[in-house]
Amino acid sequence: MMSMSIQVKFFASLREKTGVAETTIDAAHTAADAWDKSTGGIPQPNNVLVAINLEYASFDAPVKPGDEVAFFPPVTGG
Amino acid sequence: MTIQVFADSFDAYQLLRDYQQQLSAGSYGAMASFIGTMRDFNDNASVSKMTLEHYPAMTEHYLDKLEQQARDQWPLDACLIVHRVGDILPADAIVVIGCWSAHRRAALDACAWLIEELKFNAPFWKKETRPDGERWVESNTNGVE
Repeated sequence: MMSMSIQVKFFASLREKTGVAETTIDAAHTAADAWDKSTGGIPQPNNVLVAINLEYASFDAPVKPGDEVAFFPPVTGG
Repeated sequence: MTIQVFADSFDAYQLLRDYQQQLSAGSYGAMASFIGTMRDFNDNASVSKMTLEHYPAMTEHYLDKLEQQARDQWPLDACLIVHRVGDILPADAIVVIGCWSAHRRAALDACAWLIEELKFNAPFWKKETRPDGERWVESNTNGVE
């Protein structure tokens, strides 16, 4: 059976700041709520970006069971 | 149309040559490419190594989407996007973009557009090793200075 929890990922400096690479939470209403539940309420640093199911999203975007939510700093590839 | 992410160093010119050899000879009349390589300095400090991290599933999804958007905007015969991850040394290629088209304007414009979109939106992050320790690069520059 597919898990209906929410998978939350952190990358780069945010992974180091939160001490979490990947975790699951039972439920969240929005991306902001997912941040609070997965970090234990660590204040968000400036310029945090969020993706829901691999697409850029806003912090007030709704999150559904089974979603993957990722938080990361401004990108610096290329 | 190919998207590749490599954890080991590669020869950017060889990749472009090999890719071009698979294309139908005579089908294109212009090829534009961009190769981004690692500098050994940044913000007045020497940089001896970089570590490039990415979000694998989103990288693949995002680069596929970028390539599709480029093909929607310009008449491209072929497009190659290659990015490096892992430990990188000065002079190593980090990113390679190749665009093949019937005419120069589409090839040049698509290549320039792709590298800018990739730099500002694709989920990759660089950590530099400097004489005083490691630090994450906080943002990409405008590409001029």
